[in-house]
Amino acid sequence: MVAAAGIPIVDVPLVSVGGGMGSFVTVDYLRIAGATTDRIRVLSDIDYPWQTYEYLTRVSQIPRPERIRSDSASRPDNIWGFPSYALAEAIHDRSLKPLRQVLVEPIWADYYTPRAGQVFTGLEREAKRIRYSDMLVKGQVRMVRRRKGGGYFTILTPPDAKPARRVAYRSQFVHLAVGYPGLKFLPELQAFRTENQDFYHVVSAYEDHEHVYDRLRAKQGVVLIRGGGIVASRVLQRLMDDRAKYNLSTEIVHLFRTYISGSHGPSPWMRRKGGNGWAYQGFNYPKSVWGGQLKAKMRRLEGDQRATEYKLMGGTNTPYRRRWQQQMNEGRAGGWYRVLAGTVEQMKVREDGMVISQVKTSQGVGEVAADFVIDCTGLEADISEHRVLADLLEHSGAGRNPVGRLDVERTFELRGTSSGTGVAYASGAATLGGYFPGVDTFLGLQIAAQEITDDLARRGFCPKIGPGRSVSQWLRWARNQQP
Amino acid sequence: MTPTLSGRIQTRIFLLAVVGGLITLVIVPVLPGSAPLGDKYRDGFLILLSVAVLGVLWELLYHFLMQWRWEKDWPTLFGLATGVPEGLLVWLLLSAGAVPGIVGHVGGAAFLIQFILIWLGVWLVANGPMRVPFIRWRFIGGRVW
Repeated sequence: MVAAAGIPIVDVPLVSVGGGMGSFVTVDYLRIAGATTDRIRVLSDIDYPWQTYEYLTRVSQIPRPERIRSDSASRPDNIWGFPSYALAEAIHDRSLKPLRQVLVEPIWADYYTPRAGQVFTGLEREAKRIRYSDMLVKGQVRMVRRRKGGGYFTILTPPDAKPARRVAYRSQFVHLAVGYPGLKFLPELQAFRTENQDFYHVVSAYEDHEHVYDRLRAKQGVVLIRGGGIVASRVLQRLMDDRAKYNLSTEIVHLFRTYISGSHGPSPWMRRKGGNGWAYQGFNYPKSVWGGQLKAKMRRLEGDQRATEYKLMGGTNTPYRRRWQQQMNEGRAGGWYRVLAGTVEQMKVREDGMVISQVKTSQGVGEVAADFVIDCTGLEADISEHRVLADLLEHSGAGRNPVGRLDVERTFELRGTSSGTGVAYASGAATLGGYFPGVDTFLGLQIAAQEITDDLARRGFCPKIGPGRSVSQWLRWARNQQP
Repeated sequence: MTPTLSGRIQTRIFLLAVVGGLITLVIVPVLPGSAPLGDKYRDGFLILLSVAVLGVLWELLYHFLMQWRWEKDWPTLFGLATGVPEGLLVWLLLSAGAVPGIVGHVGGAAFLIQFILIWLGVWLVANGPMRVPFIRWRFIGGRVW
């Protein structure tokens, strides 16, 4: 039918849809397991895997010299996590400082985390090593459908295509790593932006909002920050850094929807630190989610039990970093950093250009006037907002997990979508809520990639990585030789 | 490290056997003491075995202590610092003649050198190189088999 419609068909055993970090990490694993480049195609609308990631980190105030929130051994450019980022940095800088930090973290020092620049440099090297560009096909993926004869068709529109031109990729296996379905604003912020067509005063931290910092350098102002996660921390740091660096008198009002006043949790064995509004946690989840006790526990949970556990361990949180604590303490003492707990009922622009937010707190309703509102809540859109995922849910048997995202097996096979001997897998943010929680993180993508690679090995797509292959491939990695 | 209880025990036994075994094999001939080499080896491996056997009990305690940590992780320094009480206990048992099978007298210096080298070796391998041959190890709580 596809051929009859005049759509050219390309045969390849495995297609990865997305082309971001999720595709890269999975393809890296497969290449190391022994799959050659001609057996894999990555269909993507971006030029290199870290393009979207770098954009998002940069605008949310992590430029290359700053440090991301990721563990030393979570290296998307090195499936072994050895040498860790800390060891690599120590060797590169001829400094013992990173090693001292990983030695005493997290009790006597903050968790070591790598600089964004170091991560990107490593990714570039690994992409070249596995010849990623040989597998990359640019274009917009329209849909993934099961074939009658088994396997899948993935329909792609190449970037230079005239209307209606399509290419169909016929493959036995499909891997989906399409990233975040989209960004969602808080309803009142969305309403404000739509009604006033004002994209200047109310911004999302995930969009380029450099004009806010530029304006504050030129003229004193008040900023209202919404959210209690890592991005709120970073934006605060930027405002406070600028304040100190340029001797500004910026005032910051920080609104938490849920104010955490101290340690919290259901039992002495499950108590997370918190204070001054924040819930503190080194990484997105407790560390053992990526390999220890909590990973083993979550793997056994189903339905509501799993959803409840997700709420307990996840939620909005940020790392406790000494530098941030110091800055916030100075701000509180100086009276230029104020914290509120509540929700915003309404927003409007005053004649002088200030944005007035009507804030409902436990003490009643009050008004906050600010020059800028920065939304750091990072709400994500529903998976059905993504065209390919919506199509999968509608036509290919994919379903939702207990938290509403794509339902995957422990092997990251997309439940309900098998087609003859063909299997579809999914990894990344779209699969949050599955048997493994840390899916939208570097290490989580590697865990998913390992499960997928092992499953593909069982199905004969590639050899299984045993200790011998692992060591020999690590040596090739260390010498920067192709897998 | 983010071990599970079975992972802790398996990693301990495996690394003591492989890394500890190799270190013992190499270091015993140059350890201070005038006993015949055969006796020194016998004592050296019995000490290694004691660290492993007692270690399984220690791991139960560490696992219990870890339950108070929200992250359910075992920081790198804990893995190093626990060597102090563990080494002391083995030494006390040695001094009290409570380690079965020991022939002759194990000197303090010989014990200290052997124990420290084994502990450092195992700790270093567990914190990095172990992940090279065993690519799934860190994701399954440190289980080896």
